[in-house]
Order: sequence, then C-alpha cells, then structure tokens
Amino acid sequence: MLKLDNVSTFYGKIQALHNVSLEVNQGEILTLIGANGAGKTTLMMTICGDPRAQSGHIAFDGRPIQQLSTADIMRQGLAVVPEGRRIFAGMTVEENLFMGSFFRSRSEASVQLDHVLTLFPRLRERFHQRGGTMSGGEQQMLAIGRALMSQPRLLLLDEPSLGLAPIIIQQIFEIIERLRDEGVTVFLVEQNAHQALRIADRGYVLENGRIVMSGSGDALLNDDSVRKAYLGG
Amino acid sequence: MHETTLYVLQQLINGLTIGSTYALIAIGYTMVYGIIGMINFAHGEVYMIGTYTAFITIIGLLTMGVGSLPIVLLLALITAVIIASTYGYAVERVAYRPLRGGPRLIPLITAIGMSIFLQNYIRLAQGSRDLAMPVLISGGIEFGDPAVFEVSISWMQLIIWGVTLVAMTALALFISRSRLGRACRACAQDLKMTNLLGIDTNRIIALTFIIGAALAAVAGVLLGLYYGTINPYIGFMAGLKAFTAAVLGGIGSIPGAMLGGLILGVTEALTAAFFPSEYKDVVAFSLLVLILLFRPTGLLGKPEVEKV
Repeated sequence: MLKLDNVSTFYGKIQALHNVSLEVNQGEILTLIGANGAGKTTLMMTICGDPRAQSGHIAFDGRPIQQLSTADIMRQGLAVVPEGRRIFAGMTVEENLFMGSFFRSRSEASVQLDHVLTLFPRLRERFHQRGGTMSGGEQQMLAIGRALMSQPRLLLLDEPSLGLAPIIIQQIFEIIERLRDEGVTVFLVEQNAHQALRIADRGYVLENGRIVMSGSGDALLNDDSVRKAYLGG
Repeated sequence: MHETTLYVLQQLINGLTIGSTYALIAIGYTMVYGIIGMINFAHGEVYMIGTYTAFITIIGLLTMGVGSLPIVLLLALITAVIIASTYGYAVERVAYRPLRGGPRLIPLITAIGMSIFLQNYIRLAQGSRDLAMPVLISGGIEFGDPAVFEVSISWMQLIIWGVTLVAMTALALFISRSRLGRACRACAQDLKMTNLLGIDTNRIIALTFIIGAALAAVAGVLLGLYYGTINPYIGFMAGLKAFTAAVLGGIGSIPGAMLGGLILGVTEALTAAFFPSEYKDVVAFSLLVLILLFRPTGLLGKPEVEKV
C-alpha cells in the first residue's frame, strides 16, 4: 500500500535517513521502533512530504507521491497523528474534528463524525469544549479522531502513547487494533516497543537513520538484540 | 452642560471615527502576523491604493453624470475593495510567498521594498500633489447649547461608524462560523498541522492578505472622503498608526486590533483637545513604545508559548 524505496532525508547537511526501504501492506499494523533520535519522526514526516525526501521513491497505492505537496499527499487517503498531538488548543472539539474533514463533503463528514464519536464517546461529552482544556489522553483521542475524519485508508501514528497514563495507553492501543479490524491500515511509530510489537503484525527497527532489522511482531519481540536494546533485557 | 464636557464629547466622537478606520486597517496587519508571523509593511500602501481607486471611480461616475449618492458610494467601495484585494494578493504572491520558510528578516525587508515600490508607482501614475476628493456628503446633526459649544456629528462620521460596524461584524461571523474562517484560525494556531490535514495553507494565507486588503480599502474610501484630500504618501502614516493599533491590542488578535484602533483614535483626539494637535502623533507613538516596554503582547494578545 505504501512503499518506500531507498529514501534519504537531510536536515541541511545532516543526513537523518539513510536509504530507508520499507513497505506497509493493506490491512496490517506496521510498527517502527527505535531509540530517541533514530529518525522515526523524520521518516514519518518524510512520507508526508515535510521535509522532502532528497532521494529515493515513495509510492502510495502504486503511485509516486514524493513530488506532491504536503496538502496533496494528505488528500490521497492517508492521515497523520503527529508527535505531540498538535490539536488546535483554542478550538472546540467539534471544530478540531471538522478541520480533519476539511476537504470532504458535508455529508461524508457527518457520517464519519458519528463513527469517530462512537469510537471515542469521551469526545462526544467534550464536544463543545476547547481542545486545550482537555487531559492528555483526551487530546490524543481528539488527534486520532481528527485524523480519522478524512476517512483515511492509511493512518500514520507518531508515538500515540507518549506521556499518557498506562490505562489510557491501553485504551489507545485497543482503539488502534479496532481500527485495523475495521480495515484501516496503521503505521505506528513507537518508543514503547513492547506494547507496539504486541499488537503489530510486522515491525521494523530503525537505528541512526537506517533500518537494521525487520520481521513479524512476535519475532522481534522474541529477538535477543531487540530485547536487549528496546525491551529492557 | 459644561463647555469642557461638550468639547471632550466632540473629541470622543472624532476619535472614534478615526479609530474605526485604524481598526479596519489594523486587521490586515494582525491577521497576516497571526498566521505567518510577518509584518506586512506594504499594507499601508494597499490602503492608499484603495483610496486612489475610490477617487478615480467617484470622479469617473460624476463625469458620466451618475449623481445618485448611494450608487456612487457603493460603486466606489466595491471597486476599491476589488482593486486593493488584487494588489494585496499580488504582493503576497510575488514578493512574500517565494521567500517563505527563509529567515524572518528577509520578508520584512521585502515588505519595506514593496511599500516603497507601490508608493512611487502611484506617485508616477497619479502625480505626487494633493488631490481633492469631491465632497459627496456634507452636513450632520448638531446638539448642545449654541451659546456655549455645539457638538456636531457629521453624516460622514455616522457612515464611517456604520460601514465599520458592518465590515467588522461580517469579519467576525466569517472567522467564527465559516469553514474557511475556521481554517484561518487553524492556520494561526498551527500552520504545519493545518497543512498536514490536507489543507493548502498557501491559499489560506493568500485569503488573509485579500481580507486585510479589502478592509484597508474600505478604510481608504471612508478616510479619503472624510479628510477630503489624498496623496501617494497617506499610506505611510495610516499604516504606521494601524500597526500601532494592532500592537496595542495584541498583534495576532482580531478583537485586539479592533480595540487597539479605537483606543488609539480616542487617545489621539483627546491629546489634540488639550495640547497642540501636532502632539497627537507623539502621544500615539509613545503609546507604542510604552506597550512594547511594559506589555509586549498587547492588551488582548497571548504570550507566544513554545509548543511541547
């Protein structure tokens, strides 16, 4: 569904990604784990076209997207929940959600709104509240809900568990599995490797901007070097 | 009533009139700053172009024998808004957009260049001398004791208040209710995230330039008729004053720009009431210095917080 082929990204002169190749298949949860500064967020943002890949190819549904503008890429059927959630703090939950479906028709948006509010009943309770006044977990739900409003076929999630209480993390991961069961493909970037690998169908390990290992979630979970480096032995 | 009270009342009326037009121009500064964090110093020139467009339209219509006041006024407003918006859009497209993403100083310098360019362009095209705006609306209402002091509100002042009120209400509704207005607010809060939602933020930025230019043009028509004379340099001072108003109210905040404009106008008028009127600019810009010293975020502005 999404295919990266030898993608390299630079920040000025510093190379953040070195010839990264990976593939996300339809209907799976793919996770990318790695330490702080390994380039996980860069990889995710490169898919969105910001920053742009300096070399290599990125294809979504077989069509090259690396030349498109960010706005055009995001209209191809993928949506992102970026690092730090980035909800619109001064806008209500309702307004935040409708920003997600900006380029969808009114009727598509209202159907999708029902769906999102069923997934996250908490958002219904907070519907007219300003995003910035909510708890971290609620904001994360809002960020995911907002991304879902565009009816994406591929959802990119950047560290959805960051800074949240364990019970909330549990809920978020349950939602991610449920989304996969509904047919949304999920590309999950996580530092919380244990939990990510448990729900993932497949995973990649990123180190210093290079993919160093890949395999099924279970295989990585049981791999000695992964256990040592990311799962605390 | 006492003479001084009536006199102050008169100056309040004058101050609110000028203040409303400052507020209209200030919106353009504040909306653009709110989204891309730059001061568009060519904005005063767009206001001036609006005034010139209105002047040409009015002269043209009068020459053609169109005498109906509402029609002349309406057509002057419409053409001024259209032409000024086109300039506002073109300035952004040609001079600012190609520089986006670079260091902040660069668009600032370009903006000053654009301002000088537009001012001289109009000077060459229209001449640099003062032009007399035809008197379309005269008279007004007067009250108070003719023996002590007569307070007058001219029809022109009432029109300025009315048009400003309509324009501001329309803007407020647009920003708070409409889909594009919501996108403007989203851009102001997090430009990159808005882009990541599949929204072409360049178009939203262009839209804010167009809105700002349109409101400046409205102010240009009103002030041109109010003062009666225009020249290619009026944009400089009007722009500075409106910028001061925007900073006073809190740059980036739309209600702030409205409030800042009114406060500045009233302050100036009251200064002129009790001191030689040349001091009004001194007081206006001292206000700017004081605000920058003691409350840099302005009256209604929010401090810039690093997002975590």
